[in-house]
This record gives sequence, structure tokens and C-alpha cells, in this order.
Amino acid sequence: MRALDIDYMLGLVPVILGYVPLTIGMALAAMVCALLLACLLAVERVARIPVLDQFVQLFISFFRGTPLLVQLFLFYYGLPQILPVLAGINGVTAAIIGLTLHFSAYMAESIRAAILGVDRSQWEASQAVGMTQGQLMRRIILPQAARVAAPTLVNYFIDMIKSTSLAFTLGVTEMMGATQKEAAGSFLYFEAFLVVAMLYWAIVEVLSYLQRRLEGRLNKALAR
Amino acid sequence: MISIRGLTKRFGATTVLDGIDLDIAAGERVAIIGPSGTGKSTLLRCLNYLDRPEAGVIRIGDLTVDAATAKPAQILALRRRTSFVFQNYSLFANKTAHQNITEALITVQRKPRAEADARADAILREIGLADKAGAYPAALSGGQQQRIGIGRAMALDAALMLLDEPTSALDPEWVGEVLDLMRRVAERRQTMLIVTHEMQFAREIADRVIFMEGGRIVEQGPPSQIFDAPQDKRTESFLRRVR
Ligand SMILES: Nc1ncnc2c1ncn2[C@@H]1O[C@H](COP(=O)(O)OP(=O)(O)OP(=O)(O)O)[C@@H](O)[C@H]1O
Ligand SMILES: [Mg+2]
Repeated sequence: MRALDIDYMLGLVPVILGYVPLTIGMALAAMVCALLLACLLAVERVARIPVLDQFVQLFISFFRGTPLLVQLFLFYYGLPQILPVLAGINGVTAAIIGLTLHFSAYMAESIRAAILGVDRSQWEASQAVGMTQGQLMRRIILPQAARVAAPTLVNYFIDMIKSTSLAFTLGVTEMMGATQKEAAGSFLYFEAFLVVAMLYWAIVEVLSYLQRRLEGRLNKALAR
Repeated sequence: MISIRGLTKRFGATTVLDGIDLDIAAGERVAIIGPSGTGKSTLLRCLNYLDRPEAGVIRIGDLTVDAATAKPAQILALRRRTSFVFQNYSLFANKTAHQNITEALITVQRKPRAEADARADAILREIGLADKAGAYPAALSGGQQQRIGIGRAMALDAALMLLDEPTSALDPEWVGEVLDLMRRVAERRQTMLIVTHEMQFAREIADRVIFMEGGRIVEQGPPSQIFDAPQDKRTESFLRRVR
């Protein structure tokens, strides 16, 4: 066993840190899009609009039932061959779209469960004051469901950040891609991947801390 | 003027409302009494289509809703002419006391926020909960929640206020304050249809008392007649049981 090249590792940290904004940026963009899409999917699943419901179920089943890596490849390398409009799509965009679709399928199920968990009295009170279905969802049901679903959704965000590392397979130089390049130059694979692992870990720890604070706050507001 | 004709509701094979006919004059306060499982709650819930009746026509002012043809827009219009006070309060859990009152004023009635806020402040003072304006329902007692529930209904200024046993889920210690508030609402001649087990209260505030049994109106009349000289044996035996 050889000794770790600590100097190399310390020198690598700022290099990889330079790619943190891209990683977080991709995850944030995908998270916002996935949340919006997941809300629409979840509301549809609760409302069960004929025909559309079958499509939504198929969508959710497919994106939960196949590996994210396969979906990304299908989307980035495969689809442009049959849909020429997609030719020349860049890796970052493709990764954001892939992450959005994949995670929205999971998040839709959590949000749906949270919506169904909202007490019937809340629906009836909203209807009784004359709200439309849209008003009732936006003003009363979704905010209450969001509180229940929030911890799970933050977990998905954490998962999403780690999953952005797959974007390097689409040629994106994010944290993982940058590490790969550095390691290929230095041949110090262990050191390089250890550094990137530690950085992912640190990001996730910060988020977990924020998650605990958020939960504490939500619990206070909802205390019964 | 409110008129109900042939209101019929079935749950599966059981007929819970069997062709109810009822007229209520503007400003009239009508109390419904009757045994459990008789369809009292179902009647109120059909009047704002929380339960959809199988048949019957409801008229409130110039709005006519026929169960055979009722469209979503008509159902919304009906709900906007009625207000509902629930047995279990059913306050919006994600809204403060103040917001519970302003919510429908802003989103449904499209009132300017300042006007809605002023109305909510006035109502909170009136129901004696001005100091709880910022409290969430979870932090309020049953009596306080139900007073907000009534305040929320008062704010809507509806042509008909429907109240389904507003005191029966309350701990005994809170019943008095809620009855007092409803008395004040009744004194203002708010048109109301109230299901209650509080016979003394019904006698006090109602212009007319309806005795229901088996999904039908058995007998109705002024409180003195229903309570002191019931014409129907079923009314008499019910009153004997609850006294
Ligand atoms: N959603 C439902 N599905 C099936 N049956 C129902 C439903 N709601 C009410 N019922 C039945 O309809 C009948 C009338 O119920 P309703 O709640 O209107 O009675 P009520 O007069 O309000 O009784 P209580 O005094 O106990 O509140 C009961 O037999 C009840 O079991
Ligand atoms: Mg009832």
C-alpha cells in the first residue's frame, strides 16, 4: 500500500469546488421543474381525469421502473436520432430534463399520498365557501400536503444532487466529470475520487442540517 | 326567498331524503330536530351540494338549481349563496383565525384585501377573539374554533346560513359561548337553517321548528306548537325521549 498524496488532494479541492455551482445549479433547476411537474401529475392522479390518467400512470411507471442512467442515454444519445429537433441538445440541458422527468415520477407519488392524507373536512370547508377546484387545491390542499411531503421532497433533492454526477456520462464537466479528467492526468484515481466523494458528502451534510431545521419549523407550525 | 322541492337523496339502496319540500322566508330562522340517522345533516349537505341529491329543485333568489341538470357553475353559485357551519368546525388548518375569515372574501368574493382585513377584524372583535387573530386552529380550544367557524360563515353574508349541530362536538364547558354567539347571529335576522339537539336554544331563537324522521318532514310549526303541543305521535315520543 502506498501513502496518500495529501498535497495533491489539497490542491484538487479548489479545482473541484469550482464545479460545485454547476452541480448545484443543475440540481436546483431540475428540482424546480420536477416539483412543478410532480404537482401537476399528483393533482391529476387524485382527480383521475379519464384517458389522461392512463398516460400519467404509464409515465410514472416508466420513469420509476427504469434506471436513471438508461433514461439519460435514451434521451441524449437515442432520441435525437429519431427526433431531429433534439439534435445538438447540450449535455447540461439533457441532464436537467432527464433528472426532471425521473424525479418528478417519484415526487408525484409522495405528493399524491400527501394530498390524499389531507383531512376530508378541509375539502368540504373549501367547497362550502364556494372555491373552485383550482382554488381549493392551490389555497388549502396543496399547502397542507406540502408540509407533509416536505421532508421526503428534500430527500429527493439530496438524491438529485448525487445523481447529477451521472451527467458526466453525457459529456458534462461537472464535479464528477472534472474529477475524472484530473484523475486521468495524474493517475491518482484514489485520491481524486476520494476528494470528490468528500465534497459530495459535505454538500449533503449541509443540506441535511437545513432539512432538520426546516422540519423543526414545520412541526412548530403544525403542532397540535 | 328560498324554496326546496322534492329533494331526494339515496345512499345505495337506502333513501335518506324522501322528497323534502320546504320554503324559508328571508330573515327566517328555522331549526331542525329529529332522531339520529334521520337525514338532517344530509339535508343541509344537499342544500349546498356537498352531497349531490338525486332529484329536487333548490331556489335561492333568482338562482334555480335542479339536480337533474345541475352544472358545476350552478353548484358554485349555490355554494356562494350559502354558508356552512360544520359540527367539527373544519377550519382551514393552514390558515390563521384571521385568514380563515378573509380567505373566501379574497379568493371567492374577490374583495380587496384591505376590505377583507377590516371585515375580519370587525368579526373577530364581535366574536371576542381579536387577540387570537394570528393563531392557527390547532392552537385554539373547541369553543374558539367553532366561534371562528361561525365568524367565517358570518363574513360571507350569505342568503342562507346552514349550521349542522354546531355545539355537539364541543366539550360542555364551551357550549355556552357558542350558543351565545349563534343567538347574536339569529338576532340579526340572518336567514338560517340549523340542525340542533339543544331544544331550549331552538325554542328561543327559531321562528319555526321542523321535526324530521326517516328522511321526511313529519311536522313543523312555531316552537310553542312543536314543543308544547305536538300534533304527531312521533314528534311527541321523540321529545319525551330527549327531555
Ligand atoms: N356518505 C354516506 N354513505 C352512506 N350512507 C350515509 C352517508 N352519509 C349518511 N349516510 C346515512 O344516511 C342516513 C342519514 O344520515 P345523516 O347524517 O343525514 O343523519 P342525521 O339526521 O344528521 O343524524 P345525526 O343526528 O346522528 O347527525 C344515516 O342512516 C347514515 O348512515
Ligand atoms: Mg347529523
